[in-house]
Amino acid sequence: MSTQEFAFTPYPDLPKSHYLNVAYGLKSWLFTTDHKRIGILYLLSITFFFALGGLYATAIRLELLTPAGDMVQPDTYNRLFTMHGILMVFFFLVPSIPAVLGNFLLPLMIGAKDVAFPRLNLASWYMYMFGAGFTMYALFMGGVDTGWTFYTPFSSTYSNSYVAAVAVGIFINGFSSIFTGINFMVTIHRMRAPGMTWSRLPLFVWSHYATSLIMVLGTPVLAITIVLLAMERVFKLGFFDPALGGDPVLFQHLFWFYSHPAVYIMILPSMGVISEIIAAFSRKPIFGYKFVAFASMGIAILGFLVWGHHLFVSSQSLYAGLIFSILSMLVAVPSAVKVFNWTATLYKGSIEYSTPMFYALGFIGLFTIGGLTGLMLATIGIDVHVHDTYFVVAHFHYIMVGGALMGYLGGLHYWWPKITGRMYPGFWSHLSALIIFLGFNLTFFPQFVLGYLGMPRRYHSYPEEFQILHILSTAGASILAVGYIIPLVYFIWSLKYGEVAGDNPWDAVGLEWQTTSPPSLHNFDEIPVVDFEPYDYVEHEPVERPYRYSRSEA
Amino acid sequence: MRPEFSLFPEQASTIASKVDALYFFALGISAFFSLLIALVIFAFFIKFRRRRAGEVGAKTHESMALEIVWSVIPLIICMVLFVWGAIVFIDMRTMPDDATEYYATAKQWMWKFQHPEGQREINSLHIPVGEPIMLTMTSEDVIHSFFVPAFRVKQDVVPGRYTTVWFEADKVGTYHLFCTEYCGSHHAQMRGSVTVMEPDDYQAWLAGGGPVAAPQELGEALFTQHICNTCHFEDGTGRGPSLVGIFGSEVRGTDGSVRVVDDNYLRESILRPSAHVNEGYSQIMPTYQGQLSEVSLLQLIAYIKSISDSPSEESPAPAAVAANGE
Repeated sequence: MSTQEFAFTPYPDLPKSHYLNVAYGLKSWLFTTDHKRIGILYLLSITFFFALGGLYATAIRLELLTPAGDMVQPDTYNRLFTMHGILMVFFFLVPSIPAVLGNFLLPLMIGAKDVAFPRLNLASWYMYMFGAGFTMYALFMGGVDTGWTFYTPFSSTYSNSYVAAVAVGIFINGFSSIFTGINFMVTIHRMRAPGMTWSRLPLFVWSHYATSLIMVLGTPVLAITIVLLAMERVFKLGFFDPALGGDPVLFQHLFWFYSHPAVYIMILPSMGVISEIIAAFSRKPIFGYKFVAFASMGIAILGFLVWGHHLFVSSQSLYAGLIFSILSMLVAVPSAVKVFNWTATLYKGSIEYSTPMFYALGFIGLFTIGGLTGLMLATIGIDVHVHDTYFVVAHFHYIMVGGALMGYLGGLHYWWPKITGRMYPGFWSHLSALIIFLGFNLTFFPQFVLGYLGMPRRYHSYPEEFQILHILSTAGASILAVGYIIPLVYFIWSLKYGEVAGDNPWDAVGLEWQTTSPPSLHNFDEIPVVDFEPYDYVEHEPVERPYRYSRSEA
Repeated sequence: MRPEFSLFPEQASTIASKVDALYFFALGISAFFSLLIALVIFAFFIKFRRRRAGEVGAKTHESMALEIVWSVIPLIICMVLFVWGAIVFIDMRTMPDDATEYYATAKQWMWKFQHPEGQREINSLHIPVGEPIMLTMTSEDVIHSFFVPAFRVKQDVVPGRYTTVWFEADKVGTYHLFCTEYCGSHHAQMRGSVTVMEPDDYQAWLAGGGPVAAPQELGEALFTQHICNTCHFEDGTGRGPSLVGIFGSEVRGTDGSVRVVDDNYLRESILRPSAHVNEGYSQIMPTYQGQLSEVSLLQLIAYIKSISDSPSEESPAPAAVAANGE
């Protein structure tokens, strides 16, 4: 775009009063009930756990540089991948978009002053921190070596690690999800501004509604499973260990009844973010709004019916395998519908090249690969060979990192000026998006090849012929690490030195852009009345852009 | 085993090429749609870039026809993949009638195999080429998984029950055997090899270790040692039912339920005799839980099978039944 047409006038300053300067001090944060501040609390917490989980990943990749298990002891390696999985899944990915961006934006987007239950919202963060505390205790005591899946009877009887402490941590943390889910559902039902009908809800809100449904219905099953596991481990009550009269495969059914839908807890909010970004930077409504919204609901509901595809080789019966295979195939349809609708939205759009848009396109590409390889895994005749190999590892990283994390970073770049009132540097953000995309593919694409060759997951050492592909993967991981460090630096930098962004730096529609940046304590001076359809872009005179983001840096 | 680098695994079983054909089909579909979407996005990204400030996109809201097209096409592709995948899977799970039964017992962190002729191996399995082999497997501790990439077969090995897997190697060589269910400290060391040999070489290999007793012979000795023979008379006049010909037959319990006698049924009857008492008999059999090792149990079951009239033809699809066994 020819950005030089804009007259550059620095935006005067941040608004006089906003949620960040109404009160100061630690107490004003720890006792806040403001959904925006709680979002920030979550942002800080999950960033810490992402960094920690990333360190574990780094150690894993370094160990796998050589075929021999020569960097750490086998028991240490087993703890590395277990803690990586637990931290990334339960303490980063599940809360990431809902608890940070969802908390911050959901009330803004529907024209509400806060969520329905502000104190419950704060309680959810405390639950998260309590759960994290138990997990950190286990980690300092020496960690857990069961894998994040806790398969019995290994976890309940044989493991000599802090399984019970982590189980308590995950149990407590589950309540933070449940609280957030309840809060979002009630908020969406009860707190919409006048005129904000269901068909006018931003797709971000729709996807959070679907996500909340899974959180509320699925998380209790995980909690029950974890309690049974802990009771078997501590009191020797026989649920899963055949030596105590239990059924080890029952655990897998219960675990995946939550943990497969949990994948959709991670990906659905990300899809919501992508819909917002694509609409804003194509400056037109999302193509097939209703279909995209219903696809979210379809994924949430179908997601509960497919857990058995994790058990194709577990001794589950032939017929159960076939039924779970066909049901898993059905999830592909709403996912494909979303991808096609996003693509169609670009058609005849007015596309602006911006960092959030780069992340959104990266998301579509990586999610497509993740989704199609998921289709291969649902194909039961293929899954038998690649089950529990690096093929599966690659597949779910394409969904969880390529999908969920790309969406989270895209959303963070899109709403950062709203959250902080300031803009990050354009050049560095473009560069880091590119580095992350390339580094990600170099890390995980070789793992598809490794998996089909037969390299099993959770292997500390491996046959020599796999080494070249592991070296490529580790090289990619180091590039990826650089890609993650750059945004961390410029986001922090921007807090003090970033250009003041103005209320609506992207010239986007949506209620969150109609208030100040950062928003005031109660979001809106007066509750807005919605008399327009979502993504209702109309031709207007060029606005003066008050920030330097998309100008050439010169 | 090929230490050299390659991008694609060797095919060494009759099922491998079927799995690979399906995989390449799915890979082709995936590559086609990934590239199509990437190209379309790239083209739109260039063509519809913003040319002047304040410009907005065209109001193209939705098209029912398009939505139907791009829902139905993926659905059709999915159903093709499902049906094809199901055909391959049923093939993998349908035991050939003439399969020779071998036994595997897994424990942290080793594989123990026993040949029908009695030879035992640890972390290595020698089999003849061109013959269907069936493995009846169980674990002494946690869940393990039997995986031979060159054969494209995998089956979890679960404590407390029997699972089965079959394959017919069609290429002589030595191939990786991996445990693919995480099983603790030395999971990555729970590796071994499967050596596929020409039938003559295999016979020579079998003879090389000197005379050994077959599993059913050892089982017969256990049958006497644990005084099973004092109740289970061959002629059916004992306090327990005769076990001659029982394998593969249907038995009615005192509660009226009818069950097929397979490996898991026999296992349950030995360890938990009260679970299904045959009609006409009373529950007087003691449990043998804790008195028999997994290997002994397998030998005892091998003996009971050997005194059944037609052991292999009668055996039901074990995979389907295995899940209901416990």
